Amino acid sequence: MTTAPPVLEVRGITKRFPGVLANDNINLTLRKGQVLGLLGENGAGKSTLMNLIYGLYKPDEGEILVNGEPVEIAGSKDAIELGIGMVHQHFQLVDVLTVTENVMLGNEAVSGPFLRRDRARAEIQQLSREYGLDVDPDALISDLPVGIQQRVEIIKALYRHADILILDEPTAVLTPQETRGLFKIMRALLDKGVSIIFISHKLKEVLEICDEVVVLRRGAVAGHADPKESTEQSLASLMVGRDVILEVEKATATPGDEILNVLNLRVNDDRGLPAVEGVSFTVHRGEILGLAGVQGNGQTELVEALTGMRPVESGRFFIKGVDLTGASPRKVTERGVGHVPEDRQRDGLVSSFTVMHNLVLCTYYQAAFSQSIVVDDRAIAENARQLVQQYDVRPPIINNIAGGLSGGNQQKVIVAREFSRDTELLIAAQPTRGLDVGSIEFIHKQIIRMRDEGDGVLLVSSELDEILSLADRVAVMFEGEIIDILPIEEADRDTVGLRMAGVREAAQDGAT
Amino acid sequence: MTATSKPKTRRPSIRITRRRIIALLLILLGLFIFVEAGTLDSELVTTLTFESTSLGEEPTVGNIPVPTSPYLVVIGLLFIVSGGLNLVEWQESRPRGISLALLAICGLLFIPTVIIAAAAGNETNLTTIVAESLRLATPLAIGAFAGIWCERAGVVNIAIEGMMLFAACFGFTTLFFLRATPLPLETAQLLAVIIAVLAGGLIALLHGWLSITFRTDQIVSGTVINILAVGVTSFVRREYLLSTEAGAAKLGNIAIPILSDLPVIGEAIFTNQPIFFMMFVMLAFTHIVMFYTRWGLRTRAVGEHPHAADTLGINVNRTRWTNVFISGMIAGLAGAWFSLEATGSFNDGMTRGAGFIALAAMIFGKWTPIGAFGAALLFGFSDSLGIRLQMVGVGFPVQFLQMVPYAVTLVVLAGFIGRASPPKAVGQPYVKE
Repeated sequence: MTTAPPVLEVRGITKRFPGVLANDNINLTLRKGQVLGLLGENGAGKSTLMNLIYGLYKPDEGEILVNGEPVEIAGSKDAIELGIGMVHQHFQLVDVLTVTENVMLGNEAVSGPFLRRDRARAEIQQLSREYGLDVDPDALISDLPVGIQQRVEIIKALYRHADILILDEPTAVLTPQETRGLFKIMRALLDKGVSIIFISHKLKEVLEICDEVVVLRRGAVAGHADPKESTEQSLASLMVGRDVILEVEKATATPGDEILNVLNLRVNDDRGLPAVEGVSFTVHRGEILGLAGVQGNGQTELVEALTGMRPVESGRFFIKGVDLTGASPRKVTERGVGHVPEDRQRDGLVSSFTVMHNLVLCTYYQAAFSQSIVVDDRAIAENARQLVQQYDVRPPIINNIAGGLSGGNQQKVIVAREFSRDTELLIAAQPTRGLDVGSIEFIHKQIIRMRDEGDGVLLVSSELDEILSLADRVAVMFEGEIIDILPIEEADRDTVGLRMAGVREAAQDGAT
Repeated sequence: MTATSKPKTRRPSIRITRRRIIALLLILLGLFIFVEAGTLDSELVTTLTFESTSLGEEPTVGNIPVPTSPYLVVIGLLFIVSGGLNLVEWQESRPRGISLALLAICGLLFIPTVIIAAAAGNETNLTTIVAESLRLATPLAIGAFAGIWCERAGVVNIAIEGMMLFAACFGFTTLFFLRATPLPLETAQLLAVIIAVLAGGLIALLHGWLSITFRTDQIVSGTVINILAVGVTSFVRREYLLSTEAGAAKLGNIAIPILSDLPVIGEAIFTNQPIFFMMFVMLAFTHIVMFYTRWGLRTRAVGEHPHAADTLGINVNRTRWTNVFISGMIAGLAGAWFSLEATGSFNDGMTRGAGFIALAAMIFGKWTPIGAFGAALLFGFSDSLGIRLQMVGVGFPVQFLQMVPYAVTLVVLAGFIGRASPPKAVGQPYVKE
């Protein structure tokens, strides 16, 4: 199989950014009809490398060969002409345009200066049928779920006759079912002779779909691996450069009394439409309740309501027996609730503030950090120095601007702030989204530690693996309702995956 | 999930929604009209007429006598009722639909009501009001189209005012000097308009240079141009134009074949000056380019998500440059209206903030040419109403009635159309890498 002719070769590529060696003498070979997995932590240089291949950056050294010929890729236009298509991690779709308009953008079907939407639409439908990429060509992008948006991105590449497809973290936003759908599409593409570079840090997926794996570490190739002879463990070690414990070690939970009690809660979304439709559950001290569900099924609104960031329509919730429905975020915080918000850039940090000030965002006014109306920077700095050490924020410079840190370290700042307070209930929403293996391992350990110290934890995640490895009980949210709560022993991938897709148990059908 | 699990309304709290505020305003307005109607002499009749603008010759097409006071009573009641209905947040679709429809009817009836109330006991010629509104909307609408070209590509253009002023000044200066040459008047005027358009485009290039190439804040760049325009044009006037004897001639009327033969409107609307007609040309042009051509699609993509456009091989900054230039030329045309079409002279600051009103029209029109045109018409109507009322002479300050259409616009937009969403990338310079 590895004898298939190479379609894309990267030879000795080096790219420097001011102060950073982003890519250091990298060599890769992609063969026709195969999937090359590109594995690496955040900041390992995967995206830089792909942007070089796609012409968004210019390499400082080295060359790129397409079908054996050295090529100069000065811009995405050149890449497109060479048959290279890229599905970016953050979709490059214009929200207010339709699928057809997005697909043809830059490569429009026209007669004279006028657009021929009908011709582009027909071509999209043709591609849809050929590769099983079901999508409505006239839908607006903003109305489509992410899984479908991804299909639009793939169609965009195919519409430009791409035969080399770069998928940058394509599964980060998908449910297990959607991921399976994506793999099916990828296999259909491979059968038609398309070659794929698959970027991910999900080891399981890389092992499943790839023909060959290249691991990047700190900008350089750390090693090649044959998926047939590798394990998740071996790939993770190669990626991080040390042994990583993938399985979270935890003792069985010893749940205490109720700490959070939610009764028939209803919350609306930004458009005023019901997002949470009558949800009831409890969280006990010393246990982790995992709230699984595909993004956009009301988890965001639920968490925002529980932390005082969003008004409650009806129903109520109690923390330590006190009704906090409609209380302000500060009240909730002072009641002993730690919150790791889903959108860390927007709700977790003030990105233009320093690390040390971000570490006291919810305590700065308390006696420890303020005297009357004057903030005590010395105490804040002292606090920061300790936390930065304890939570391994890198670089450990407390005067750095928080917005300049990597995603993982930003998250560590938030975790440090929230976990170091005197909390009894922890609400963590997507705490490891977009983080690399090392940071995930660290944050998982901290969550378990909090549980063992007697906190109740509500863990909201769309990563099924995260829920299954951390939670003591699993609740599944679908279309604003909790359709099932299972003890962890009964929660296997398939059951929870089906619940996430909205399949209820037959017995429960009439009950709701 | 279903009706059985409806929330228990334990806390019947009345939430203040946008619609409820509108409804309250509507009730207050209805009460006001109602009370006003009571103070009027019940014998008063407003006669709506449809005459052509020229005096006397054409027969009147029709007269509609409206008894002022009863009309206002009915309207007042209608406002109160529909306001009351809208206070309730109907869950069922039928009453909800009815109350919304009533709200829309009130919005539509508002302007006629203002006219009828203001002209109580008099005749008022609707044809001239329409024609006048259209005429006064011209610079606003064209200015708004200029804004659309720029902002749809992601560049804020608050410099429309300055571009207009530059264009008005240089257009007129051209005409002023060409009049001294043996060139025929029409040729000189045409050249003057062309120079005005190019002057607008040239100033736009300065805007592009500052805000695209040097990534200056686009608001700052626009402000710089506005300030510069005031200084430069008044300097030019004082230095070269003060010797103006009588002012140059205005652009002549053009009669559109066939259409201008229509009764009443043929003369009132279809016999008009060239930039007036250009407003409609620009409306169609902008609409078609933005929504039906490749250039428009790329422009909108660049204004919404420049990085996405870049990954597809579209040159973001070149697209922006071109659009900014076109925007400037269109603004130049609007500027030419002031000095060459409307007055035949140039005065300091003669655009009187029209560039900013044009921007407001663009925003009210949600960055669409047709919407912006509608908004510009509303503003044009407000202007013409003010002029009319001053001529008729009403009992209370004219400024109040002039304010009304603006107030209505604000209320209607806040209530019906909701949050205007500008192109997402507007105001952000695009940096590759």
